[in-house]
Amino acid sequence: MPDPHVWHPFLGALSADSFPFVEAWRDPTVSKIIAACAGGIVIIGAAVVIVLITILGKWRYLWTEWLTSLDHKKIGIMYIVFSLIMLTRALIEAVLMRLQQAVAINSPGIVSPEHFGQLFSTHGTIMIFFMAMPFIAGLINFAMPLQIGSRDVAFPFMNSVSLFLTIGGGALIMASLVFGKFSTGGWSGYPPYTELAFNSGEGPDYWIWAVTLSSAASMLTGINFAVTIYKMRAPGLTWMRLPLFTWTSFCTALLMIFAMPPLTVATLLLAADRYLGMHFFTNTAAGNMMNFVNLFWMFGHPEVYILILPSFGVYSEVVSAFSSKELYGYTSLVIATMVIALLSFTVWLHHFFTMGQSPAINASFGIATMLIGIPTGVKIYDWVWTMFLGKVRFTPPMLFSIAFMVTFVIGGMSGIILATPPLDYMVHNTLFLVAHFHNMLIPGTLYGLIAGYQFWFPKAFGFRLLEKWGWLSCFCWVVGFYLAFMPLYVLGAGGVPRREQELFDSAFRPWVAIAFTGALFLFAGLIALFIQLWVSVKGRHTNAVPVGDPWGARGLEWSVSAPPPEYNFATIPHVSRRDAFYWRKVNHGAYKPADHYQDIEMPRNSMCGIVVGVGAAAAMFGLVWHIWWLVAVNAVVTLFGGFVRAFRRNLNHTIPAATVEAHDRRWLAVANAVQPVARTHESSMANRGLACLE
Amino acid sequence: MSGVTEPELRHIGFQLAGVSREERQQVNSDVLGFWAFLMSDAVIFALLFSIYVTMLEATAGGPGGHQEFKFSSAFWETMLLLTSSFAYGMVSVSARYARKDRWVLLWLAITFGLGAGFLNMEAHDFISMFHDNAGPDRSGYLSSFFVLVGTHGSHVLSGLLWILAMGVQIAMYGLDRRTRVNLVRLGLFWHFLDIVWVVIFSVVYLHGLIR
Amino acid sequence: MVSALTGCSMLSRGFLAAAGPVAAQERHEFGIVVLIMLFVIGPVMLITPLMAWHYRLSNANTAFRPQWGFSWILEGLIWIPPSAIVVLLAVFLWQNTEQLDPYKPLASAEPSIEVEAVSLDWKWLFIYPSLHIATVDQLVLPTLRNIHFRLTSGTVMQSLLFPQLAGQIYAMAGMTTQLNLIVAKPGKYLGENTQFNGDGYPHQKFQVIGLSDAAFQQWVASTQSNPSVLNDSAYKTLSKKSVLPHPVSYGNVTPGLFASILRQSTGADQKGSHGHA
Repeated sequence: MPDPHVWHPFLGALSADSFPFVEAWRDPTVSKIIAACAGGIVIIGAAVVIVLITILGKWRYLWTEWLTSLDHKKIGIMYIVFSLIMLTRALIEAVLMRLQQAVAINSPGIVSPEHFGQLFSTHGTIMIFFMAMPFIAGLINFAMPLQIGSRDVAFPFMNSVSLFLTIGGGALIMASLVFGKFSTGGWSGYPPYTELAFNSGEGPDYWIWAVTLSSAASMLTGINFAVTIYKMRAPGLTWMRLPLFTWTSFCTALLMIFAMPPLTVATLLLAADRYLGMHFFTNTAAGNMMNFVNLFWMFGHPEVYILILPSFGVYSEVVSAFSSKELYGYTSLVIATMVIALLSFTVWLHHFFTMGQSPAINASFGIATMLIGIPTGVKIYDWVWTMFLGKVRFTPPMLFSIAFMVTFVIGGMSGIILATPPLDYMVHNTLFLVAHFHNMLIPGTLYGLIAGYQFWFPKAFGFRLLEKWGWLSCFCWVVGFYLAFMPLYVLGAGGVPRREQELFDSAFRPWVAIAFTGALFLFAGLIALFIQLWVSVKGRHTNAVPVGDPWGARGLEWSVSAPPPEYNFATIPHVSRRDAFYWRKVNHGAYKPADHYQDIEMPRNSMCGIVVGVGAAAAMFGLVWHIWWLVAVNAVVTLFGGFVRAFRRNLNHTIPAATVEAHDRRWLAVANAVQPVARTHESSMANRGLACLE
Repeated sequence: MSGVTEPELRHIGFQLAGVSREERQQVNSDVLGFWAFLMSDAVIFALLFSIYVTMLEATAGGPGGHQEFKFSSAFWETMLLLTSSFAYGMVSVSARYARKDRWVLLWLAITFGLGAGFLNMEAHDFISMFHDNAGPDRSGYLSSFFVLVGTHGSHVLSGLLWILAMGVQIAMYGLDRRTRVNLVRLGLFWHFLDIVWVVIFSVVYLHGLIR
Repeated sequence: MVSALTGCSMLSRGFLAAAGPVAAQERHEFGIVVLIMLFVIGPVMLITPLMAWHYRLSNANTAFRPQWGFSWILEGLIWIPPSAIVVLLAVFLWQNTEQLDPYKPLASAEPSIEVEAVSLDWKWLFIYPSLHIATVDQLVLPTLRNIHFRLTSGTVMQSLLFPQLAGQIYAMAGMTTQLNLIVAKPGKYLGENTQFNGDGYPHQKFQVIGLSDAAFQQWVASTQSNPSVLNDSAYKTLSKKSVLPHPVSYGNVTPGLFASILRQSTGADQKGSHGHA
């Protein structure tokens, strides 16, 4: 472990020992070589990307079309690209951990305890803060403004800042593969283990600052989404006419605004302990670690509802679209969503039933936890009954949704078990808990994110994703989930704790072996998604859906071209009922030109978002390594980015009415010339983005 | 009054009569978004207060509030901040009614001065506590005191920087819609900090001195 | 086949193989909750794929009502039975949580045995204050008597779990938590830490040996004759980060050691007993 007392005014605590390549050279164990390879992949990966972009001559394109864009659609896509990269890393870590547990029964295995500690910490931190949250921000960013008939979000510049703060946090976690080590305190970072007295190195600091960047970004995103939905809906689009995905996005945004502050407080107070010698959570001088536990879970529980509600919104859209039917129980679904959001703030104590509270307190929180099961169950029944009297088409998003409904309820059962304090006393912190939350996050959150990605991809890029690879991916994800996590329920009920680098009972062997196979299937599922993307991009001309409504769906987002123009709608639609676009199609009122086109003002590009993000990330890196001059310089850079933006006067550019009209007429000509495709052929080349309505 | 029509009265300070739907939407969004941010800030302060209250006994044998707090400086800090809020109120009034921008700049400068005076007194208090071996590294209680009051202080410092920026903006661009909206948001921020201080004064100083 | 057989041995691990009344009652509650929940989720798992398959596009024999989206009867069935089941579960939950409060001493014919547990890196120290002995990485207990644990930590937060007996409760520095359990029959059981605390964490497991009363008295007597003393300096050595290769016993313990361990962490006895009395 590097000497925590080494400090240099220019390099901070960085030294030769900080690099995994040096460590592996000095002590070539399998574990250290794996770490060096991981660091190598980061460096080589970054180099390859830079070289490729240079060779293809795409720097200017990348800068002007994507990185400096304030367009919510582009920002949404960048979020999702980023999260898919982080998903790849975190899934590799998962496979490695499953491999370790499969081979390390009464034997040390291939990774050291300290390395294993980093693996589960980065796996959890990345999956939650740098995979799921950005994926969600990406989907909502892309689809929600289109769904509410708006041209952009309320604060496009802040949107860009949030994106780059998130990417900055991701860069910090990737940097931890090259410089030094990450925390071994898990994604929850409990003190006093993460205090200086027990972990004086850079690990917990990496965790603190990466999470700080992500949570600041999420809070700003929450404000952005909430205000957008509140203030920027199209005329006539009242609350009870909103699509369910917008409703869940709104509740998610409210949760983001109010759930991130406890995390900010928890991590900053821990930083105060570590950097300024304070005593919030230390063992000595009257610190109290229980305050951290309460703060963290006051964030942590609403956080998991932030993770699930957008996917619930996706399922509502997908099940309705691919059952060719109106959603069943719209009002119930809305009420259920709001009840879930509200109740999510009342249950945080169930994460630490075993901390010694009185039975009355434990039982009250346990009952509150079970109450959330009611609206969740209502939603599932509503989706099942949406299929009733419908015409179900088994596209990949629909298959993911059905797999979700069947699998998620098992997690609901294990959740009720965990909500019962005496049962929690037995299975808390065991593999049973690990199986439960993966049961919620993979079939719940991840299947929804993948379904949403496949559902809206044609809208974003103008061509369909090939279904064959989507079905294969779905198969792998479902089989992989069951194989990887059902054995963990068994092991956890048998008393096996979580986060164990080595096991000591040969009775576990068949179970961990099955779990490892499951992990391989999960990884195959991800690879299938990438292959699907590759193959679909290559065939993008055959699979083009320019008219923009390949599924015959109901929301406003389907009423524009694919991809939509920068300003989304040539004229802002006036809405008079729920599923307005569907009814316009039924009444033959769709694909008509506007009476009158107007000039449209849209935000100009800005590089200040990147400046803020890069500056903040560099400052955090300086904080991690105690490179104080780097912190100071980049604090100034970050503030400067904000100031420049504040003083810039011409923030918008105007798109003349003639351009708008020309684009609209061109698209309408295509729409009116194309043959609508029957639902039986929607997965074929005949689908040009216009579907028959039965 | 001075010939203010009813619809104008509704948008006092913003002068939104007759503007496009998009612009009105943007102004409303700007203000609502800032309220949302303030509410999340309120949650942060509420949590810092909760931590403070749970750590009242966590003095680890060291000094507590009773030994360290001086009523007179807490009182004068409160007066400074309350008058600075009044001064900002005059900023808002002069932004709406004054004929020349320089009145706004004057009241902004007065607000700045009072706020800076507040921070100066607070810094002196902190330094004397450090000299008394009652710094934040002494005990959990003192950590929670310094972070609670210090977080408020750093917000005030940010407000001062913001006032400077506003001064420059108004001097450069005058009172157009964008600077007016920014003045409203700064006002919300400044008054919010005043409210937080009143709670700090009651929960931390008065309570600490009474015990 | 062999795998399946070895796999079934998981049934003899954990609370499904309860060896004490606490674990047995938890197993009973587990069974009730699982049964009730299977009744809730079973139909969903069956109906969902059936519904999707029956109403598939290629099935021309079904009605198609694209605007059908509401039914009062269905709403009633969707909201009311789940709420009723949650109320039922809530009643069970409240009762069981009160009864299985880890701080509640269990009724036993003989008086309780006091054990003071200190979690260290990466070992567990058990002090029997009234018997003046201590063990590390081993816990010997008489059967059919209530064991009352008071726990604290000499390092970071840890969590003591006995999968077949009772569990689990956090141990935190400067505070005490409590646990009560009874060992129903003689045998060897597992005790472990479930809160990650560093490199030696997976090794922080120990054997719990349940002995009949007579055998327990014999063990106490033979331990008391052990010359090792657990005083402050021995405790300091124990506190160093290490995994012990074998369990250790002490025939004599400095009185008030547990209280002084509590005080060490805070600098003053600030928090004392944590949780309800």
